[in-house]
Amino acid sequence: MNARGLLRALPTMLRVSFAESVAYRAEMFVWVLSTTMPLVNMVLWMAVAKSAPVGNFGQADFVGYFLATFAVRQLTSAWAAWLINWEVKQGTLAMRLLRPISPLWGYASDNVAGFPMRVVVALPVVLLSIALVGADKAVPQHAWQWGLFLVAVLGGWAITFLANVAIGALSLFLDSSQKMMEVWMVLFFVCSGYMYPVEFLPEGLRTVIDWLPFRYQMGLPVELMTNAHDLPTALGLVARQWAWVLGMGALAVGLWKQGVKRFAAFGG
Amino acid sequence: MVRRYLRLLTVQLKASGLQALQYRADFFTDGFTSLCWVFTALAPLFVVYSSRPEVEGWSFGEALLVVGWFTLLQGILEGAINPSLTGVVEHIRKGTLDFVLLKPADAQFLVSTQRFLPWRAFNVLTGLGLFIYAFLLLGRGPSPLGLLTSLLLLGTSTVLLYSLWILTVSAAFFVVRVDNLTYLFTSIFDFARWPSSVFKGVAKGALTLVFTYVIPLALMTTFPAEAMLGRLPALSLVGAVVGSAAFAWVARRVWIRSIGHYTSASS
Repeated sequence: MNARGLLRALPTMLRVSFAESVAYRAEMFVWVLSTTMPLVNMVLWMAVAKSAPVGNFGQADFVGYFLATFAVRQLTSAWAAWLINWEVKQGTLAMRLLRPISPLWGYASDNVAGFPMRVVVALPVVLLSIALVGADKAVPQHAWQWGLFLVAVLGGWAITFLANVAIGALSLFLDSSQKMMEVWMVLFFVCSGYMYPVEFLPEGLRTVIDWLPFRYQMGLPVELMTNAHDLPTALGLVARQWAWVLGMGALAVGLWKQGVKRFAAFGG
Repeated sequence: MVRRYLRLLTVQLKASGLQALQYRADFFTDGFTSLCWVFTALAPLFVVYSSRPEVEGWSFGEALLVVGWFTLLQGILEGAINPSLTGVVEHIRKGTLDFVLLKPADAQFLVSTQRFLPWRAFNVLTGLGLFIYAFLLLGRGPSPLGLLTSLLLLGTSTVLLYSLWILTVSAAFFVVRVDNLTYLFTSIFDFARWPSSVFKGVAKGALTLVFTYVIPLALMTTFPAEAMLGRLPALSLVGAVVGSAAFAWVARRVWIRSIGHYTSASS
């Protein structure tokens, strides 16, 4: 399918996906409520910082950091791996393959169209954070910071989504890649700054994490939201993030193309 | 009566056991993922205790005991409670709960024992491993009395978890789409992974009240850990036993009321 056809189809696909996300809003709300991990860790770190600050972080900084984590998590989450696993197992992927457009665009539009609803959820949390700890610890302060933050959120989402597609595509080789997705999630939890700011990790470990994709999924947008970096550092990190977006994109598309050839539509 | 139900339980267990034996490789994959998830519970502790020797009166070894209990109960939740009750939600949505209700045995008993995932018991082993590691770090063993109390508390914790689950599932009779409600429950249980005293400083202690009395997470993991350390007040022990009995009673009442609302969906 050529680029013009794609551009013509995308608005309609997004409209359909958006209508779906509105229809299942109650379900989405429950998903949002179950994002407790940032809050679980927030209370732990608040207790730790009660007597004296940890590194650069006082209690207020932790509140700002973890509420930002909550908001960024809403904006960058993707679930395509589970969907692909399910559709491969049920054989319903066949229906998507019949369409004259790659199913990957369909998965992406499902994700992107959920954004407005997710912003609706993330916004009150950000406002709460501003009310609790003040704007300078909760949101970017300058125009360039806002700009880089938005680019980083987009990049974070892209890495998450493409990794989902890559792991989902593995289900075409392995029958099920759900366990693999779980392992990925564990690495994400531990390495991304989701449970603690990555700067608390020992020096050697941090160098490793700087080269892994996880930090750019979550830590980087959160750090930019809470103004942790100056302009040159921020630019460098965003550049690395987008290098990962490209790398992950190539991997995901490659695996998908090879995998679909093996699709046998059992059950469908 | 009791013998009949015991026999039913063995039948149900045998069915689940046979099914588990068909997927023996799951023992390793489940075990591996279980170890991975334990790592996510430990990682923040390692980071926290690298900057502090003690948090809210809990040293690293002591906090490790709480994580051990958290892991152990997670094993019970995922191996014995979750699978059956997820099945109930499915039954309600499809209307197949009819077949369960028609059987000449208590419906709550039947749905609660319909499926076990024995391989998830790996979490229980991991929990025990954490206990051993924690006591090695502490440089002493648990007192026999403490061990006995913690075993009793294991019982009350399981009853509490199960009752909370029944309450959640009862909601399925009123709002049918609750398959992700079960997920919500698991993520609220995540709050039980730290010693409950870390909640003291948040919202003027309101959270402590919530997690002790409303959603008794503190009772499930912190109390048994304190019992092992031999510092659980006797009053708390009595409270845990009475409280869990009360919770079980309420859950049973709610289940009976809710099942009255069941309208067979398909026919």
